[in-house]
Amino acid sequence: MTPSTRQEGTQMATETKPAAPAEDPVKLAEFEARCDRGETIEPKDWMPEKYRRQLTRMMSQHAHSEVVGMLPEGNWITRAPNLRRKMCLIAKVQDEGGHGLYIYCGTETLGTDRTELIDQYLYGTAKYSSIFNYPTLTWADIGVIGWLVDGAAIVNQTMLAHASYGPYARAMIRICKEENFHKRQGYELCATLARGTPAQKAMVQDAVNRWWWPSLMMFGPHDTNSPHSADLLRWKVKQKSNDDLRQRFVNLTVPQAQAIGLTLPDPDLKLDETSGEWKFGEIDWSEFNAVIAGNGPMNRERIAARRKAHEDGAWVREAAAAYAAKHQPAAGQAA
Amino acid sequence: MSTPLFEYLLRLGDDRLILGHRNAEWCGHGPILEEDIAVANIALDQTGEAQLLLNLAGQVEGQGRDADQLAYWRDETQFRNLQMLELPRGDFGFTMVRQFLFSAHAHFVLEHLAKCPHDDLAGIAAKALKENRYHLRHSSEWVVRLGDGTEESHRRIQAALEELWPWTVELFFEDAVDAALKAEGIAPNQADIKPKWEAMTAEVLTRATVEPPKGPMRMVGGRKGRHTEHLGHLLAEMQIVARSHPGASW
Amino acid sequence: MSTGPNGVGEWPLWEVFTQAPGGKPHEHAGSVHAPDAEIALQNARDVYTRRGEAVSLWVVPSGAIVASAPGDAGPFFDPGNDKPYRHPQFYKTPRGVKVF
Repeated sequence: MTPSTRQEGTQMATETKPAAPAEDPVKLAEFEARCDRGETIEPKDWMPEKYRRQLTRMMSQHAHSEVVGMLPEGNWITRAPNLRRKMCLIAKVQDEGGHGLYIYCGTETLGTDRTELIDQYLYGTAKYSSIFNYPTLTWADIGVIGWLVDGAAIVNQTMLAHASYGPYARAMIRICKEENFHKRQGYELCATLARGTPAQKAMVQDAVNRWWWPSLMMFGPHDTNSPHSADLLRWKVKQKSNDDLRQRFVNLTVPQAQAIGLTLPDPDLKLDETSGEWKFGEIDWSEFNAVIAGNGPMNRERIAARRKAHEDGAWVREAAAAYAAKHQPAAGQAA
Repeated sequence: MSTPLFEYLLRLGDDRLILGHRNAEWCGHGPILEEDIAVANIALDQTGEAQLLLNLAGQVEGQGRDADQLAYWRDETQFRNLQMLELPRGDFGFTMVRQFLFSAHAHFVLEHLAKCPHDDLAGIAAKALKENRYHLRHSSEWVVRLGDGTEESHRRIQAALEELWPWTVELFFEDAVDAALKAEGIAPNQADIKPKWEAMTAEVLTRATVEPPKGPMRMVGGRKGRHTEHLGHLLAEMQIVARSHPGASW
Repeated sequence: MSTGPNGVGEWPLWEVFTQAPGGKPHEHAGSVHAPDAEIALQNARDVYTRRGEAVSLWVVPSGAIVASAPGDAGPFFDPGNDKPYRHPQFYKTPRGVKVF
C-alpha cells in the first residue's frame, strides 16, 4: 500500500531547523520558470533550500509510511486462510518494503542518508501516514486495506508520478506499475467475502465501516488548512489539491462498493446530479489530529515494532560492514 | 490407506510449507529493508513449492484433497516436516543458518528428484532446484558474513549452529517410505547425499570461522508426526481463519 | 560510512542497472544499499527483478559514476541541436524512389 503522506499541520510545530535562507532572486525565478515549463528537476540542479526541505520531508514521510505500512497487513501473513491468499499477501507486503526502499533512495539524492531519515521517524518527530495507526482486526481488513487504502494511495501517486523532482517521479512510476495488483487483490478479496457466508459478509462490511473514514483522511487536511500545499503546488511537486484528490477517490469508490453490495458508513453520501460527483459528510478532524499527534489506536505499537526491528538488526548491519572492511576494503571505499 | 509416494510428497511439501511460514514472519521485521524483501522472496518460493507438492500429494492420494485442505485441515501429528524447520525463527543469524543447513541438503535431494522417473515430481523438483540454488547462495553468503563479521555476530552464529546442528540428523532419516521409493528410482539415497552435504557445509562454515558442535544428535520424529511443542502453536495460528469458517471460500 | 546513533551507519549505495529480455540495453532501475559487491548483486536481484523484468544485472558503487554537471549542459549538449545533417530526414530522396 502506498499512502499519501501529508501531515503538514503538525510538522510545522515540531520543525527545529532554522528558517530557510533568502534565495538568490534570479536563480529562484529561473527555477520557478523551469517548474512552470514542466521541466524535471534533477539532484544536481540548483533548487531553493525550501524545495529541498519540503521534498525531503514529503518523500521521507512517504517512505516511512510504506515501511510502517508493512505492519498492519504483515500481521495477517501467518493467518491467511489459504495458500494463494498467503502468497498474494506476502508479495504485497514485500512490495511495500520495496516501495519504501525506492523512495528512500530517491530522498537520499537530496542529500540526507537513509540512516538519518530512519532515525528521524524512529527517534525524532518525522511522521508517517496516520492510516497505519489503526489495527487490523479481521481477515477482511486485508481486503479493505487493499481496496480503500491502496485505492486512495493510487489516486495520490498517479499525480506524484508527474512530480517536478525526477527521482521522486521515477520512483512513483515504478510504484504505480507494481501497485496495480494491490488494489485489485484487495477488491477481489472483498468481493469474495461479500458473496460468501453471512459471517464473511458481516466481517467485510464491518471492516469497510472501520476503514472508510481513515481512508478519506489519508488525503490530508482541507486545502484551506494545509500549510505546505501552496509551495508544493507552485513547484509542481503536486498538481492537485488534497480536497480534489479526495473527491476523485470518493467518486471512484462509491460505485465499486455498490457493485459488490457493500455500504459506506456515511449518511450524507449522495450523488450530486449536476456535477456528477458524490458528495460526502464532514471528516472528524479531531480524530485525524489525535492520530497524528501520536494518540491513535496503534501509534505506540507501530513505532515500537519498527524500533525493535531496527535495533535487533543493528548487529547484522554492523557484521556485514565489518566483513566487507576485512575482505573487500575497496568495495565500500569506492562509494 | 496412504501410499509411500503420498507420504513422501507430504514430507517434501510440509518442509517447505513450515519453513516458508517461519521465513514469512520476517516480513516487516528484518534487519534492513533489503533483507525484508530477500527473505520474503525465499518464503514465497517455498510456499509456492509447498502448494505444488501438496496438490500433487492430494492427487496421488485420490481422496479429493488439495494443497489447502492438506495445509489447513491436518493436525500436528499428521504433519511430516523436519522438526528443525518448525523451531521459532530466532534472530536473523538463526534464520540464515537454518536456511543454509536445509538448502544445502535440499540441493542434493532436488538434483536427484529433478531426474526421477515420476514426471510431475521431476518437474516440480526442477523448478525448486533453481529456486533453492538462490536460497543456498543467499543464506551461505550471510552465514559467512555473520560468522566472520564482528565478535557479537560470530558468537550469535556459533550459538545458532550449536542449537541447530543436533537436529540435522533428521535430514538423513530414512524408513520404509524411502525404501519403497528408492526401489522405484524416485527417492535419493541419503547415505550418498550425506558426504556431499558434509563437504558443502564444512566449506561454508570454515569460511564463516564457526564450528559445528561435537555433542550428541537429537532424538527426532518429524517424518512420523512426532514434533516439538512449537508446531502446534504455529498451526493454531496458520489454521485459525480457515477453520473458523468451515466450507467458506476465500 | 558515517556512524549514526544506532551503531554503524548506512551501507554504501550502489546503482542498479537491469537488462530487459530481447537484447535491450541495460537501463538504470534504482539503487540499493549493500556492504559489498556480492550482497549488492543479491539485493538488486531481490529488489528490482521481482516481476521477471531482467535477464542481466549490473551494480556499480554510486561513487564510481562520473556525471556531467548541470553547468555542463549548455556546452555539452546544445552543439548537438543544430547539426541536422546527422539525421536522415536532412537528405532528400529523388521522387519516385519509394523504398530506400
